[in-house]
Amino acid sequence: MARIASDSLAHDEHALVKRREFLVLSVIGLGVFFGVWALASLGGLAPRQFLPPPWTVAAKFIDLIHEPFAGYTLQQHLLSSFTRFGMGFALAVLIGVPLGLAMGWFRWLDAIVSPLFDALRFVAPIAWVPFAALWFGTGIGGPVLVIFTGAFPPCVINAYRGARYVDKHLIEAAQTLGARHWHIITEVLLPASVPSIVAGLRVSAGLAWQSLIGAELIVASSGIGYLLVKGQASISTSIVMSGMIAIGIVGFAIDTLLQSLEASIYRRRGRK
Amino acid sequence: MTQKRRNAAFRFTAGAATFALLGVLWYVTTSATQILPSVYFPTPAEVWQALRQITVEGYAGGRLHEHFLHSGKLVLMGFVAAVSIGVPLGMLMGGSRRAEAAVNPVFLLLRPIPPLAWIPLAIVWLGLGDAAKVLVIWFAAFVPAVINSYAGVRSIEPHLIEAARSLGVNRTMLIREVLLPGSLPLVFTGLRLALQACWTTLVAGELIGAIVGLGHVLYQAGLDLFPSMIVVGMLGVAIAGGMMTMALEWLESRAIPWRTMSTRL
Repeated sequence: MARIASDSLAHDEHALVKRREFLVLSVIGLGVFFGVWALASLGGLAPRQFLPPPWTVAAKFIDLIHEPFAGYTLQQHLLSSFTRFGMGFALAVLIGVPLGLAMGWFRWLDAIVSPLFDALRFVAPIAWVPFAALWFGTGIGGPVLVIFTGAFPPCVINAYRGARYVDKHLIEAAQTLGARHWHIITEVLLPASVPSIVAGLRVSAGLAWQSLIGAELIVASSGIGYLLVKGQASISTSIVMSGMIAIGIVGFAIDTLLQSLEASIYRRRGRK
Repeated sequence: MTQKRRNAAFRFTAGAATFALLGVLWYVTTSATQILPSVYFPTPAEVWQALRQITVEGYAGGRLHEHFLHSGKLVLMGFVAAVSIGVPLGMLMGGSRRAEAAVNPVFLLLRPIPPLAWIPLAIVWLGLGDAAKVLVIWFAAFVPAVINSYAGVRSIEPHLIEAARSLGVNRTMLIREVLLPGSLPLVFTGLRLALQACWTTLVAGELIGAIVGLGHVLYQAGLDLFPSMIVVGMLGVAIAGGMMTMALEWLESRAIPWRTMSTRL
């Protein structure tokens, strides 16, 4: 007993050392990254305007929160981006998930929609930008269409896969109890494919966020992508980098949120 | 077997019927009745004309094959550069805890920034030419290449590595005989994702600023309010992307024949 305890203690100590080494190496890695960046900037490898040191970018980031650039402050740009993101994403989920479930249940619908889907798969969402601008303008409609085309496929595919892999016995049981098509989809297929759908939502949100940035870089008059373009036009690397940081933070937050949703659903399912 | 074949036949006819119906619908709503005005959506004849114009006379700075080749060249350059650095780096991170500790934090910092957001920075640094695009494409492919190679090495069963070690293989042999083949399936998944990201990023980059390329065709057509040319550009993007994906799938089936075998069973 005592030996086991001392063994596990030694093991803990070993793990602790390992963890400390891991931490030190991580800090060194980050230090090298920022150090090389700062040195390259200070050493005049490139003009300051093109490669500002990290602290200048940080200061610019804080500036952008107070002072409007390209018409709005950073939060306002983010807000208008986020509105577009929310609309496009919600539209994709509201159409995509029911369509995917229905395709998983009605074979004829699957046979009609799947080939179209396969054909459209290779059109990058960003390639819809010209039509989006032509059909819906550059304000909200155009970017929302581009986000939609990015977010739609994972919603459909994951709902479809979820519905296809539902336990056959459940469906048969529902059928013997006299469930109609509608009831089977809402009462059997939907609850059974929730994990798959949520996993799809996460992929979908990532693609939506990325498509939004693309759309705003090309056609928009506000939003975080527009801020980047304006920063680029005035050759201000620090503004462009601040915008990239903001994009990264929001993207990360969206992903973390959906990841925790996914985890909580899995936990609840596991307890059942 | 017959059930399966009947199923496939059903799917094929349904698919063919869908496309035929869509074609008819397109003709009826545009050419025949003009419910969809051709300012918003082109007629089949207009698309055919636009296709002829771009292949014979050229549009937006070049003829169709020139746009194709230019875009393809840039994607290939960025992709190859990213893969030849990213895959070894990812495998190194998967194989060595120390390398992982040093590289991973920087990676986590850069990863949430989508490749498209690098485009303005690349333009500030390198201008509107090819160099900026290759840089962004490189970045787009780099992240998935590293992550999946890393996951690929980590997915190998430790027993296999231990068994190889106990048989006394040296480092080179271990890498060549165990780590490399063991991680290939996930590496290829990474390559496929990387190629897709490259392609999207290139189109976006060319839409934002370029002299030739398929994305530039789209941009110019949008500017000229030329819907039929937009359709041609989108078809071009889809066909080029599809061809590249197929080429990679072919390569994958040659490199890891055992994987396709196992999924077929």
